[in-house]
Amino acid sequence: MQEEVKLMKGNEAIAHAAIRYGMDGYFGYPITPQSEVLETLEELMPWETTGMVVLQAESELAAINMVYGGASAGKAVMTSSSSPGVSLKQEGISYIAAAELPALIINVMRGGPGLGTIQPSQADYFQATKGGGHGDYHLIVLSPASVQEMADFVGLGMDLAFKYRTPAMILADGVVGQMMEKVVLPPARPRRTDEEIARQCPWAACGKNGRKHRNVVTSLELESPKMEENNRRFQRTYELIKQNEIRFEEYYTEDAEYLMVAFGSVARICLKAIEEAREQGLKIGLLRPITLWPFPTAELQRLGAKVKGMLVVELNAGQMIEDVRLAVEGAVPVHHFGRMGGIVPNPGEILDAFNNYFTEAK
Amino acid sequence: MKEEIIIAGFGGQGVLSMGKILAYAGLMNDLEVTWMPSYGPEQRGGTANVTVILSDRAISSPVLDTYDTAVILNQQSLDKFESKVKPGGTLIYDPYGIHHAPTRTDINVVAVNAMQAALEMNNTKTYNMILLGALLKQRPIVTVDAVMRGLKKTLPERHHKLLPLNETAIKRGLELA
Repeated sequence: MQEEVKLMKGNEAIAHAAIRYGMDGYFGYPITPQSEVLETLEELMPWETTGMVVLQAESELAAINMVYGGASAGKAVMTSSSSPGVSLKQEGISYIAAAELPALIINVMRGGPGLGTIQPSQADYFQATKGGGHGDYHLIVLSPASVQEMADFVGLGMDLAFKYRTPAMILADGVVGQMMEKVVLPPARPRRTDEEIARQCPWAACGKNGRKHRNVVTSLELESPKMEENNRRFQRTYELIKQNEIRFEEYYTEDAEYLMVAFGSVARICLKAIEEAREQGLKIGLLRPITLWPFPTAELQRLGAKVKGMLVVELNAGQMIEDVRLAVEGAVPVHHFGRMGGIVPNPGEILDAFNNYFTEAK
Repeated sequence: MKEEIIIAGFGGQGVLSMGKILAYAGLMNDLEVTWMPSYGPEQRGGTANVTVILSDRAISSPVLDTYDTAVILNQQSLDKFESKVKPGGTLIYDPYGIHHAPTRTDINVVAVNAMQAALEMNNTKTYNMILLGALLKQRPIVTVDAVMRGLKKTLPERHHKLLPLNETAIKRGLELA
């Protein structure tokens, strides 16, 4: 399959991108607003073409532990769910992180807490970036703002997961999951052979392959000094990720007097608000973190020394704003505008919030 | 060129698929497109709406405050969206089931008796295509040819025998508006 231009939903793009990436397995359990990921995979039947396994598990717990198993054998494996389902997967995610395994987890967030609503939300920012499960671990967290990025981040997330042997997450919201846009699907490549996996993943539990010892994949280490050493190794990996993998996008920041900070679909709504504001002479810029962890702390610090104030816009009660404030260190006022429970603000609402906080800007 | 459109009505009237066909037609004409549905429980019998944006430049927000064009299929949607059409914009509505007609004078209001036309065609399923025809008459943002190619893409092959019927319905809409 060559590169192809299509019109599709973000969720569908994930399914197409996974097959084209050469993913070995998908394990999931349906939940709105991301059920199209599993539905599209079932429709495309990749087990008949690439040999990719697509399995609807009996529960989210089963699905994440199938991912754990597949990843242990060096396979490229993924799962997807939405907020309540991702909560169920947290134990498994912590185990996968502790066992230093690559895996891709997708969360198309809906309004919570609890079962909440099926409408878009970004209220799982804390869960995704600050741990989620137990123990000192991090996920590489990618935040897509378009259907194109939904497709692109499947490959990017899985590649980063293998590069650092740590799970990566695509933290999407219901808007990018459900909206349709033009998308360029990457050219297809074959799945790795068993020999390639054995060569590329010397840590994988896929036979001795000429070695004397067998690989054991586990998160258990009852000797505290050894467990501390494991933790130090995890932290060194996280430092490396922070050095190499911070990604963000900026609009109109060169001459900006104020800054909006937003991720995912909300960043695009902010951009429209900013374009309207600029017509009125208000010089606002936008910073969109693409990696939510690692967070673009240094860039925000730089911008904090330049602008007069910041507005963080999120589909939650105020989560990413904590990281923005930590970065800015009180240099300028940082305010928050958020909608909750599945409500998506329109550009006008965001501009009104900006004008209310920064009355002097007008 | 940029056209920001809202299509709103009851779930089941073909609101989402009409938007989808329009989006596909935009793709056929090499435009950037976004199709953002209201998804969720309100689709079952309640109101359903979809925002479609066609543009020759990159599209920022898929969510909007105001629209260039609104296609309105029930009273609730008219109440909600009449005030959100930009001055000078276009509001197309079907008077069928409308108790309070639009009152704005600063926009182009077009009544299209699409339900009646669909009944005359003995096929109420052509309803949304008649309205799409009316929309294209008022706002020729994509060609009928592109719409037909878009339709071919959205319809599963087993339904391709319905393409001529849909084309007739679109042409009926072009006449009505």
